[in-house]
Amino acid sequence: MTRYIIQRLVYMFITLFLIATFSFFLMKFLPGTPLTAEDKLSEAQKAIVMEKYGLNEPVPVQYAKYMTGLAQGDLGVSFQFDNREVTQIIMERIGPSAMLGAQSMAVGTILGMLLGLVSAIYHNGFLDYGSTFVAVVGKSIPSFVFAGLLQYFVAVRLGWLPVALWEGWEYSILPTIALAIFPIAIAARFMRTEMLEVLGSDYITTARAKGVNKFGVVFKHGLRNALIPLITVLGPLAISLMTGTFVIEQIFAVPGLGEQFVTSVTTNDFPVIMGTTLLIAFLFITIVLVVDLLYGVIDPRIRLTEGE
Amino acid sequence: MEKLLEVNNLHVSFDTYGGEVKAVRGVDFDVHKGETLAIVGESGSGKSVTTKALMQLLPKPPARIKEGEVLFEGRDLAKLSEKQMQKIRGKDLSMIFQDPMTSLNPTMKVGNQIMEGLIKHQKMSKGEAKRRVLELLELVGIPDAESRMKQYPHQFSGGMRQRVVVAIALACNPKLLIADEPTTALDVTIQAQILELMKNIQKKTDSAIIFITHDLGVVANVADRVAVMYAGKIVEIGTVDDIFYNPQHPYTWGLLGSMPSLDSADEDLYAIQGSPPDMIAPPKGDAFAARNDYALKIDLEQEPPMFKVSDSHYAATWLLHEHAPEIEPPESVKRRMKGMARSASGNSEGDQL
Repeated sequence: MTRYIIQRLVYMFITLFLIATFSFFLMKFLPGTPLTAEDKLSEAQKAIVMEKYGLNEPVPVQYAKYMTGLAQGDLGVSFQFDNREVTQIIMERIGPSAMLGAQSMAVGTILGMLLGLVSAIYHNGFLDYGSTFVAVVGKSIPSFVFAGLLQYFVAVRLGWLPVALWEGWEYSILPTIALAIFPIAIAARFMRTEMLEVLGSDYITTARAKGVNKFGVVFKHGLRNALIPLITVLGPLAISLMTGTFVIEQIFAVPGLGEQFVTSVTTNDFPVIMGTTLLIAFLFITIVLVVDLLYGVIDPRIRLTEGE
Repeated sequence: MEKLLEVNNLHVSFDTYGGEVKAVRGVDFDVHKGETLAIVGESGSGKSVTTKALMQLLPKPPARIKEGEVLFEGRDLAKLSEKQMQKIRGKDLSMIFQDPMTSLNPTMKVGNQIMEGLIKHQKMSKGEAKRRVLELLELVGIPDAESRMKQYPHQFSGGMRQRVVVAIALACNPKLLIADEPTTALDVTIQAQILELMKNIQKKTDSAIIFITHDLGVVANVADRVAVMYAGKIVEIGTVDDIFYNPQHPYTWGLLGSMPSLDSADEDLYAIQGSPPDMIAPPKGDAFAARNDYALKIDLEQEPPMFKVSDSHYAATWLLHEHAPEIEPPESVKRRMKGMARSASGNSEGDQL
């Protein structure tokens, strides 16, 4: 097991290195420079700035310098945001994004699983149709539509919660709900399908033949067997929610990473693009590892044995 | 002997989009304490549905018990609620399933799967239940029980898994054990071991067994009485000797005739012609008539009642009516019967495999 994890960590390192390399060169292919938008600067001034940030050097040299910095944990300095360090910018911005992501993931997974379970237990009944309807609506209507509706009804008309901004926990409730709709739909759909399949399997009949009641059949025998496909889709979904969702952050004026990322791309802010890309990549491959390890926890057949 | 189970006029139907499938159409039989009743018949004859209906394990809908009663120690199981059935299932009635590769929960330790019933029905503590599990694993012949009970099903072979399934079924000393083709998915040597195991356990625990199979060799080996099912009905029922040495129903003749044996090496294997009837619209008269070489005119008109052959032996065929012509079973079946008699007088165990 330990050997497996070490092996995976080495692979993760290689993956990150490759991602850093590819995104660096891809980024250099982007049209324009960080100074494209600066009309007021003269050519000579631009040359000075380019010189200062090393942007006039050949691309391989820039790459070598960037990677050396990266190896020392230095993500460089932003071109746009008052010369602040990229690490500092990301640290500041990841907070709200991660909080929104984690909250909506937790709410979404729990509610979605419950909906899916209800669907499976009352298969083809009224509750099943109701929960399937919720899942279809959640999956097909984009989250910004819900965001707008929530803002209008809950915040403006009823005045229960703030419309936007980020000044306390209550400001996170509406964006959390808007973001949670999608994971609710996904979790409900997967849970329903998997649980129905599991409930039709032979070992469930065995459990019923033992006299196990419905609750025991679903939770003790069914749930664990139905979880594998669910965590496969929920892992990556969690990352995309936690690393910032541009649209929702814009609508609710949340100072998050998603908004930051998009601004940095439109302004050719190379260090920030690189930093954010690497952070998302790092989180992604970490979650993939965690999901792989969870498989083993959930299903003993996937568990690794030492020294075989 | 005391009656443990009495099934009267049991009808089970499945409501499908194509129509009502009448899977079981009026089945009567009883099981006495400590005896083994084998139910034989081809696929789709209603054997499994009958027993799953006894346990109330059929999914409802689409399944539905249309009429009839299932008296277990005088209580009609067909009228019990799901909650009441949960108290009986696994305690008084338990079941062994066909395929050990799929009938155990892959994510639960084997010991816990056996313990579940004990904790539920006998209110045992974890420690007591664990001791009983060790006993059971020893009883079903799983060595090294202490470490095996902490393992998962995928760490067991097929035969060993079936032993675990047997242990689960036996956990609470059931009065009636239903074995639904327990050896079909196993290879021949393991089949013999599991049959031996079940026979030994029955001697020790004195529980009654309903044994579903389509392997007549297995029937001769384990059963006291045999019920032959065809198209959702019992067409002949009697002791093993009645059925094997004095079969009356042409379908039973066909089943016996189509069983390969060492004596029949020189002839073609007999097969019952045609295929089973459509159970959405079962034919008028005797359901077997269309495939029956000995069908009488009345078979196409009216269903035969159960005729009494002896106190233990009944068959539903018009051939037993007083006005029916005398008809002898076909030669191949007679030869088979002689062969049976010979092997039965010699070594009665294990040779059927």
